[in-house]
Amino acid sequence: MTRLLEARGLDVLLGDYQVLWEARCAVAAGEIVALLGPNGAGKSTLMNSLSGLLRPRAGDVLFDGHAITGLPAHRRVSQGISHVLERRRLFPYLTVRQNVWLGAYAREARADRETQYQKMIELFPIISARANQLAHTLSGGEQQMVALARGLMSRPRLLMIDEPFLGLAPLIVEQLVEVIRRVNQDGVTILFIEQNVERALSIASRGYILESGRTILDGPSSELLHSAEVRRIFLGG
Amino acid sequence: MGALAFPAVFTLPFPRHVMIMIFLYGALATAWNIIAGYCGQIALGQAVFFGIGAYTSSLLYTRVGLTPWAGMIGGVILAVLVSQVVGYPVFRLRGHYFAIATIAVGEIVQALIINWDAIGGGRGVFLPIKRPDSFLNFQFHTSKAYYYYIALGLLLLALGITRWIEGSRRGYYFRAIREDQDAAAALGVNVAREKLRALAISAGLTAMGGSFWAQYLLFIDPESVFPLSLSILICLVAVLGGVGTLWGPLLGAAVLVPLQEGTRVMLGGTGKAIDLLIYGALIIVISVAQPGGLMGLFGVSRGAGSAR
Repeated sequence: MTRLLEARGLDVLLGDYQVLWEARCAVAAGEIVALLGPNGAGKSTLMNSLSGLLRPRAGDVLFDGHAITGLPAHRRVSQGISHVLERRRLFPYLTVRQNVWLGAYAREARADRETQYQKMIELFPIISARANQLAHTLSGGEQQMVALARGLMSRPRLLMIDEPFLGLAPLIVEQLVEVIRRVNQDGVTILFIEQNVERALSIASRGYILESGRTILDGPSSELLHSAEVRRIFLGG
Repeated sequence: MGALAFPAVFTLPFPRHVMIMIFLYGALATAWNIIAGYCGQIALGQAVFFGIGAYTSSLLYTRVGLTPWAGMIGGVILAVLVSQVVGYPVFRLRGHYFAIATIAVGEIVQALIINWDAIGGGRGVFLPIKRPDSFLNFQFHTSKAYYYYIALGLLLLALGITRWIEGSRRGYYFRAIREDQDAAAALGVNVAREKLRALAISAGLTAMGGSFWAQYLLFIDPESVFPLSLSILICLVAVLGGVGTLWGPLLGAAVLVPLQEGTRVMLGGTGKAIDLLIYGALIIVISVAQPGGLMGLFGVSRGAGSAR
């Protein structure tokens, strides 16, 4: 199992407040991995540190065997890491097409953005249907699809998605899960954050569980699903 | 076309002067619109670049004898350099903190120039009046029509560059940063570099405006070319017309400049703040009734731009 991404001993501060304490996680090429934990556990902070939006005070981030700990976010994108932020974060006053095209900023992605855009239309027909609409006029589910397409435009090797299903109707969630599986089958490794443990572990093959800024548990989904520790964290008692 | 024929119809100096000021402020506000309207960075230190343009061209002319046209290019280069040196640290700040820091930079620069005796200090710089009219000396005493066309050219340059940015990749990066800086960074946009580029373009155009102003008035001092009030006026003009739109800043200038010049003529020195009172009222009305600026009246607002 070759490790595509590995983070070790990450201490991350937001201002003066330490959010992560020696957090870790690793993702092998081709996997779907879930990042789990209650509110405020530090899941998003960990993902932001992996994509370079935050700098850890201590610890290492390795991508494809190379240290990228100090690399700014925009350089990580051209290395093949794409990060779909929590709450979609589309550019509200740009059109759907402009939003998606902005995903192909990296020089490496620019050359074949036309073919990649066609692929995205195939994956999310909504993009061609709403191409000229301003992004803020879309529904939550549609926005998440556009955000995923935008994240895939850079042709990442690793796609990181922060809470893809937040606030979406069950039918939309099913569609998105289907898309995520298809993207994974096309060779994109996936790391995602999700609050719903059962749903997350039904999609992912492995999971990491964070609590109060520490990685306290990890393992195959089947194991985590039946773990008493997981039950304690998420259900209390 | 109408703009080209204007001096032929209006031969008196005053209407021509008003038009020159509309073009100048239109150009300055259009330049500000690039960094603030498209890239979303509310910079309130544009007077720094204006003053650099004014001083560089004037000093190179009076001390070295260089034609103000070359001095204008020198001013652009210096303003762009200063914008990058100052922008690098200041762009680390966001939102209101960024705006406040740019005000501070403007005040610091003005204080520096006031106390810099070697370049005239608080006394400023007088440009010698040269007769007869000469294109090379940038002096035309027989007719304002020359200044008119030069200012029009400056405005068209600013609008042309904005138009080009609107349709280019760069314009999308600028707008992405305006809409959501973190999301832009997560997509691989080099936020720091794109902001510096937007500021460089804005600073260069603003410096050209400063050079023009100096050669038009033939007298500059730190109070007239480096004041905070100028930075704010540039911003007001653009906000009134509509930020993030191609024509908004010019529209704002077309409304505010006649007001300013009109009150100046009608009320003289005693009416100095009357135009500001009217601006204030206008801004309040606009922000309540038409937050997108006057351009909103035409159904145009900041946003997708030309690639609809």
